Amino acid sequence: MPKYTLHINGSEKVVDAEPETPLLYVLRDYLELNGPKFGCGLSQCGSCMVLVDGNAVTSCVRSVDSIGASRVITLEGLSSENGKLHPVQEAFVEEQAAQCGYCLNGMVMASVGLLNKNPNPGEEEIKDALQMNLCRCSTHTRIIKAIKRAVKNQ
Amino acid sequence: MIDLPKTSRRKFLRNIGYLSVGFPLLNSCFGKQDPTVAARMNYNGDFPGSMRNASKVNAWLQVLEDGRVMVFSGKVELGQGIRMAICQVAAEELDLELDQVEVHLAETGLTPDEGYTAGSGSISNSAMSVRYAAATARQKLLELASIKLNAPVENLIFYNGKVNTKTSNQSLNFAEILDGAQIDMEVTVPVPLKVNTEYRYVGKPIPRTEIEKMVRAEAYYIQDMRFPGMVHARVLRPKGYHSKLMKLDKSGLSAEVSGVIKTVINGSFVGVITEREYQAVKAESFLRNHSEWTESFLFPDQKDIYTHIKSIADHAQSIRNDGDVSEGFNSTETFKSAFTKPYLKHGSMGPACGIAMYDGEILHIWSHSQGIYPMRSAIASMLKMDEEKIHVIAVPGAGCFGHSTADDAAADAAILAMNYPSKHIRVQWSREDEHAWDPFGSAMIMELEASLSEDGKIKAWKSDVWTDSHSMRPNNDAATLLDTRYLENPIELKARGYLAGGHRNADPYYSIPNMQVNVHYFDGPLRVSSLRSLGSYTTIFSIESFMDVLAEKVGKDPLEFRLAHLEDERAIAVVNKIREMCSSEILNDGEGIGFAFSRYKNTAAYSTVAAKVWVDKSTGIVQIKKMWAAVDVGEIINLDGITNQIEGGMIQAASWTLKEQVTFDQNGITSTDWASYPIFRFSEIPEVEVAMINRLDKPAEGGGEVSMPPTGAAISNAVYNACGKRVYDLPITAEKIKSA
Repeated sequence: MPKYTLHINGSEKVVDAEPETPLLYVLRDYLELNGPKFGCGLSQCGSCMVLVDGNAVTSCVRSVDSIGASRVITLEGLSSENGKLHPVQEAFVEEQAAQCGYCLNGMVMASVGLLNKNPNPGEEEIKDALQMNLCRCSTHTRIIKAIKRAVKNQ
Repeated sequence: MIDLPKTSRRKFLRNIGYLSVGFPLLNSCFGKQDPTVAARMNYNGDFPGSMRNASKVNAWLQVLEDGRVMVFSGKVELGQGIRMAICQVAAEELDLELDQVEVHLAETGLTPDEGYTAGSGSISNSAMSVRYAAATARQKLLELASIKLNAPVENLIFYNGKVNTKTSNQSLNFAEILDGAQIDMEVTVPVPLKVNTEYRYVGKPIPRTEIEKMVRAEAYYIQDMRFPGMVHARVLRPKGYHSKLMKLDKSGLSAEVSGVIKTVINGSFVGVITEREYQAVKAESFLRNHSEWTESFLFPDQKDIYTHIKSIADHAQSIRNDGDVSEGFNSTETFKSAFTKPYLKHGSMGPACGIAMYDGEILHIWSHSQGIYPMRSAIASMLKMDEEKIHVIAVPGAGCFGHSTADDAAADAAILAMNYPSKHIRVQWSREDEHAWDPFGSAMIMELEASLSEDGKIKAWKSDVWTDSHSMRPNNDAATLLDTRYLENPIELKARGYLAGGHRNADPYYSIPNMQVNVHYFDGPLRVSSLRSLGSYTTIFSIESFMDVLAEKVGKDPLEFRLAHLEDERAIAVVNKIREMCSSEILNDGEGIGFAFSRYKNTAAYSTVAAKVWVDKSTGIVQIKKMWAAVDVGEIINLDGITNQIEGGMIQAASWTLKEQVTFDQNGITSTDWASYPIFRFSEIPEVEVAMINRLDKPAEGGGEVSMPPTGAAISNAVYNACGKRVYDLPITAEKIKSA
């Protein structure tokens, strides 16, 4: 089985995995991270989003073999070492922007990906950036409020 | 990591008490900080059903070694925020800080058996049981402290976990008062409850502490649980509902997929256990490609589903018959409308997951089931095991919105664990299986007929509802679990579950002198069970669409027409409130506002929903611009929690209304992912506004489902007001509007 050296949340991780193994399974099963969630395995719902070189992308169909030297950040990697939350994480707590929270990982990662590119997005830009992400509890309006709050708190 | 259960409850409580020291503390920024003694009033009413089998204080709460309190509830957290609501109620009655209360949710052998977490019943059952138990405990603690401190009760201050005398510095915490004992007295009336004007927490928007755990990616969900040596598994679902396994060639499996530990075959049940999770995905796919199944029966053609339903329905049963409907229809014009609703999916964001481990004596199961005790009963029956040998722990999964597949995944894990003991086995369902094997919300038909009197009021009304079952939840009938139908000795379903949910709210909550409601039950082709609000979404969609039709016939404003038929002042209040909320709305060309009202179950919470839509008249495309809800759930426990539920309910029901239907062809379900079963995405999300009417003197009702039923009709009425087209067949798609 090939060995892969991955850059995850600022450190190097070595995993033995078959090349077609999706990144999501490497993160959850091999590296025991909880952030990215299995939602569909079809890149349709956004629950499994991570940042790859700063861009929010799904990890459920992206093979470990395709990651190379890219920098991968998961939900765990957003807060600083002293435990201080990223402004987007903080805003989700303040707005209570969750019910079951299963989609929250993808919502936060997509929001951080958006703010990386556009630090001051308008409502339409926020909706566009989160179009990939499904929320069945339907807390969408709170999520939009949270992102607007994060923009202010940055 | 969650430890294996301890045999001794005392030891368990000590451990929990110890662990809790490290928990993040919630800043107590709510309510009074001064140790005033809140006034109390005796409660002499009835106790909730949940107390029938758990009538003692210590069934609901126990004091930990550090003096804090552990509250037990048999309900589970689904994202609805029940944990915080219960914490608030307990802290209120015991005058504690919120972080002095731990809430332990559903675990067999430890928490009360409260059946299912369903039907918006957790506040009225579990939270109220905790309220009465906590108030009783407070009274007992005061009496005991009075003896220990040698001071009369009137001279004691009971606040934030300490009992002090007013005259000395002496103080005791709850553990010191009890000396290691627990309060095992019965809860009996009168119960001295805190007067609601003195509340510190109840009714306030207290944030849920779980959300910080979620943003920190802590292990919160069942999917995040990891045990040493845990192995993974997937189950190969049959080709169709009634398919049998004819042949399975697993000879090449280990050569093709690494890490395969065991393939378990029992009749047509096939499960495969692997070391890594993705190996299980590959192994399941290999087995699928190397298996042969008998054909299942053929589904009816989807375009004929409603004709099919009528052809297989039982004889009508009369549910309600007030006055004389025949007389009310005699020698007058009657109006008729027929409404149809397709099968809908729960659409949980997280496919089901179950974990089980058989230790040689006890089968331990971790599940996001909505009812761990009834599920244990079903699994015991399936495995022919003594119920006492099965220990079930509830762990949150993704929001489920009714009976979905959690119990089936737990049953999968249980079967595999019995075949491969001593290891934790984690079964993860695929999205395709979650979508295809979900017990859907039933397709339904509702036909309405009414006559009007000369004063513009409804003279006679007839409802006819066609419905399948609205709950096939696990119980002692093992066949309620999917797996049992495919084992070597399969068990077929005997009962039809909860049929009455189908005609929930089929009798309008309006004063109508002659009213008849008939129900036509059918045993339909697709697997069904309870979906959030059961039949009410269809019955209220139909009734409230029809109310607008009738209002137009008599030339009345739709809200005035409703008010003319309402006598209940709480119902009138939510109708008036919604009118006030959207009174300043300006409508542009192509825009319309629609309203709908319901009292959930005709006995619980009140809600009125308004929707403002824009319809593109050339394409029929509908865009919802804004939705409003005015809701009365009686006494509010957590203002933000209930608001979140109402907001989410409206948007989820709007998605049902405009987009959703399970699709199938003769060979099976064809909507097996989010592309073939689309739901609302961000571009479709309207603004939402909720007004809550808090009624401190009325019983607290749950609100998880109350905004769903009126939402469909509010949208339909708004579409009609925007473009003059009414759609009677859900979902309300652009094509149907164009051809209406």
